[in-house]
Amino acid sequence: MTGFAWRSSGIRRDLATTTSAFLLGLILLTLFLKVAGFDAGAAIEALWRGSFGSWYDFTSATLVRSIPLVLLGLGFMLGSRAGALNIGMEGQFALGAIAATAVGLHAGSLSAWIAIPLVLAAGALAGALWVLVPVALRLRFGVTEVITTLLLNFVADAALSFAVTGPLQEPSHIYPQSATIAASAQLPRLLVGSRLHSGLVIALGLAAFLGVLLWKSRWGFRLRAVGANPTAALLSGRIAAGGVFASALLWSGAIAGLGGAVEVSGVSLALYQNLSPGYGFTAIAVALLGRLQPLGVVVAGLLFGALEAGGGAMQRDAGVPAVAVQVVEAVVILTMVVLGRRQTSHR
Amino acid sequence: MIGDLLTAAVRVATPLALAAIGEMLVARGGMINLGIEGAMLAGALGAAVGASASGVGAGVGLALFAGVATAAVFAAVAVWARGDEIITGTAVTLGMIGLTGIIARQHFGLAGVGLSLPTMAAVPIPGFSRLPVVGEALFDQSLLTYLVYLMLPLSSWLLFRSRFGLELRASGEAASAAAANGVAVRRIRTLAVLFGGAMAGVAGASLVLAQVGTFTEKMTAGRGFIAIAIVILGARRPAGVAAASLLFGGAIAIQYVLQGQGGVVPYQLWLALPYVLALLVLVLSARRRGVGLEGRPSSTAPAA
Repeated sequence: MTGFAWRSSGIRRDLATTTSAFLLGLILLTLFLKVAGFDAGAAIEALWRGSFGSWYDFTSATLVRSIPLVLLGLGFMLGSRAGALNIGMEGQFALGAIAATAVGLHAGSLSAWIAIPLVLAAGALAGALWVLVPVALRLRFGVTEVITTLLLNFVADAALSFAVTGPLQEPSHIYPQSATIAASAQLPRLLVGSRLHSGLVIALGLAAFLGVLLWKSRWGFRLRAVGANPTAALLSGRIAAGGVFASALLWSGAIAGLGGAVEVSGVSLALYQNLSPGYGFTAIAVALLGRLQPLGVVVAGLLFGALEAGGGAMQRDAGVPAVAVQVVEAVVILTMVVLGRRQTSHR
Repeated sequence: MIGDLLTAAVRVATPLALAAIGEMLVARGGMINLGIEGAMLAGALGAAVGASASGVGAGVGLALFAGVATAAVFAAVAVWARGDEIITGTAVTLGMIGLTGIIARQHFGLAGVGLSLPTMAAVPIPGFSRLPVVGEALFDQSLLTYLVYLMLPLSSWLLFRSRFGLELRASGEAASAAAANGVAVRRIRTLAVLFGGAMAGVAGASLVLAQVGTFTEKMTAGRGFIAIAIVILGARRPAGVAAASLLFGGAIAIQYVLQGQGGVVPYQLWLALPYVLALLVLVLSARRRGVGLEGRPSSTAPAA
């Protein structure tokens, strides 16, 4: 059902396509801002300054925001390689963050070598469990994961709201947020004087691992076979399409949950209602712009991290709402969908 | 109490039903447009801008236009350029969140709207509105609720009695067979998508002008997606869509009625209720079919 069997047509053409999609997005944003009566020049300047303007902005804003985008982008990539569209990463991210916080708050007596893996594992497990319902509904009842994962985002949002006003609320019970997690559960910083944390290593490591897994392992081959054509994979008699589909979606959810855990233990250090500015949806654009290739996702994640960081600066300095960058994301997705569509349509 | 809940349920169900009637036609054409969430949001902003400038009539008109324009983007990419419809719909919604954010900030400033927005008053239908229990709920509502009553039989006629409906259903059931018989599949589907956008836009208008009375960023909060669940639950039939809309309207309205009462149950449970209900409904309606992994999943091309 999914329409992207990306046929990579050489790295140079891929690069040309993605660059033009990104530029088109920026041009259209400038146009919309001008038409709406904003100072587009100042907005774009703030966008640049907030993302690549200085070493500090690059490491503490751009790279820090790239980390969840790369992780979630890899999650979407893994699912769609098997034909599963995980539109529910926003919810899995939230559940991962909740679980990570719950563990992290009580990890004070543990050493960091135990506490951090425990926190990350809790996040991944929660993300996988959250996607278990869509997996079961798809395999047992044929209900598409697109709708179920999407609906669960709203349930997850309610769960997050409940967590920060209920069981995980800070001790004074005034603010809708949790207390700070134990120091041993916090990811170490990578650079002195910057907010860049070691989640970057996790994201890059996962990208490399998935690259090997998808193209060098039997599981990866089966996954791609099911994604390309589930009926053919099933008829070959060697591939249990349902099982491969399920495991891909579960791992996709686990990665999204890991993203939530990394965000809590590396950036926010506590649970908040508005932990994610829509990373789960932005990551879809990241995965598509990266042409569903691990290296591509890393590069696209960096670009969109810059966009998110710049969006914050745009709101502060030019009075343009930060959601404006979603226009760029939408244009990028639509352009990539048009340029990368399957040649032989099923319609 | 029951009367109040029913009145609130119908009011909340109105935008859901309007959007679902439009999406019903889209689904009959064999498509699913997740962009109607964005079209509804665009309609909501259009209604706020239009109404603040020159009254509710202009608001509804601008909402309709905004919905159609949003749907046109989906049609161009998903129907004409044959892009993946799920991804396209998601992107359209994403882009509309951004675009409405820009326009709302520019037009209404940081303070937001709502301060001076004219809203649609309830227009009681003489006689009927005095009926016990259901009278006020069904016949003392805004004009857009009555539009639902009008569109239900009209959409039924359109689907099952008109040539357009026949060609649309043929395009949905067997596109290549329809094309071989001279049906302009893309043109028919485009019309259905644009109609769906118009209905979603008006749905946004009813949300702003007859329910909330203001525009806020991302205010549709997934109502477009719920409309899609309603279409599936209602088996793509007007009567089913009407009943399902009322069910979801009630599930959302119950939080307004119960929120004021406090109680032991956390209010987030009521927030999650409509979405959990939508999931349950999808399972129950899928039980009758039996669709495996092969082929298009049931909700992408819901079987009647």
